[in-house]
Amino acid sequence: MAKNVKIYSTPTCPWCIRTKQFLKDNSIAFEDYDVGSDQIKADEMVAKSGQMGVPVLDIEGEIIVGFDKERIKAALGL
Amino acid sequence: MRIYDLIIVGAGPAGITASVYAARKRMDFLVITGDIGGQTAWSADIENYTGYQFVTGPELVDKFEKHMRSYDTNVKEGEGVTGVEKTGGLITIKTDKEREYQAKTVIIASGKRSKELGIPGEKEYKNKGITYCATCDGPLFSGKTVAIIGGGNSALDAALQLERIASKTYIINNTPRLGGDAIMLQKVEKAVNVEILNDSSVLAISGDKFVNSITIKSGEEEKRLPVEGIFVEIGLIPNSDFVKDVEKNNLGEIKINNRNETNVPGIFAAGDVTDVPEKQIVIAAGEGSKACLSAFRYLAQH
Repeated sequence: MAKNVKIYSTPTCPWCIRTKQFLKDNSIAFEDYDVGSDQIKADEMVAKSGQMGVPVLDIEGEIIVGFDKERIKAALGL
Repeated sequence: MRIYDLIIVGAGPAGITASVYAARKRMDFLVITGDIGGQTAWSADIENYTGYQFVTGPELVDKFEKHMRSYDTNVKEGEGVTGVEKTGGLITIKTDKEREYQAKTVIIASGKRSKELGIPGEKEYKNKGITYCATCDGPLFSGKTVAIIGGGNSALDAALQLERIASKTYIINNTPRLGGDAIMLQKVEKAVNVEILNDSSVLAISGDKFVNSITIKSGEEEKRLPVEGIFVEIGLIPNSDFVKDVEKNNLGEIKINNRNETNVPGIFAAGDVTDVPEKQIVIAAGEGSKACLSAFRYLAQH
């Protein structure tokens, strides 16, 4: 069963691009929110993660800040 | 314990290039690194890496990583090296995963990291208003008042990015005038919502849940500026603390000769962590290849 994966990112952030590429390479579907242009999603990201750095991943409610490959793998069961 | 021919510390342009050469020489080796790509992964646009008229940092790192992994190289990613010590003929490497590795040669290619301010409030508010990557986090400060700390090219670059995003940007620079390239400086001076505060240093950062102000000293006067974002752009320091026995210069860069040898036989270094003149991706890559060939030669002779 595919997991519900959301990523909060900015278009210019190199680590966001790397994180999204990693998900694509592993055939993981995800929803991408641009927090630079979507203020509601930006507030949601800050509320969920308690901080303002991108990227933030929400994998079935587990919040991961940054391109933390090991945690992402574990959360996705890769 | 298994004894490797070579351990490469770091996987930026220098470490990755060294790994490609090591794989092609069929050396028995290992790469230990916190992350892949180093500073290159943080770069937005790259226009001076030969063969690419234009490439982004993430794209180039992706190519580097795929090249490295095409040889089934053993990469310990997410593992930070905490110590490098040579005793007898062998070098022992300790990591933050409480592991130890041994090798006959080591290449230190651990690069540089952003310098921190070292003032009250910095640790508490990291990623809670304070950021070290304007390119990444800049868009989150849309319509807000922000401060950039620094006075060189990276500070100017951040100011130009934030000009379009923030409602007001202060540049807090501790020298009498801004440095950096003339073209960028002119653009920054023309920007309407950018205020340059020269001869000013930062004393403290405060807030509640997130940053809400910064205390600075301009000349003899102390004042508090209300800001919601702080961009630290005060330069880089080498990741060389974990290796004690090699000689370093006053910046903490590892001293090497033109064969990438340090003063300790068998320990080589390459890229931005060294005192090589000019820090460039293409130079770091070249240095990585040189360091690997030197290590290969060393193994043949010892």
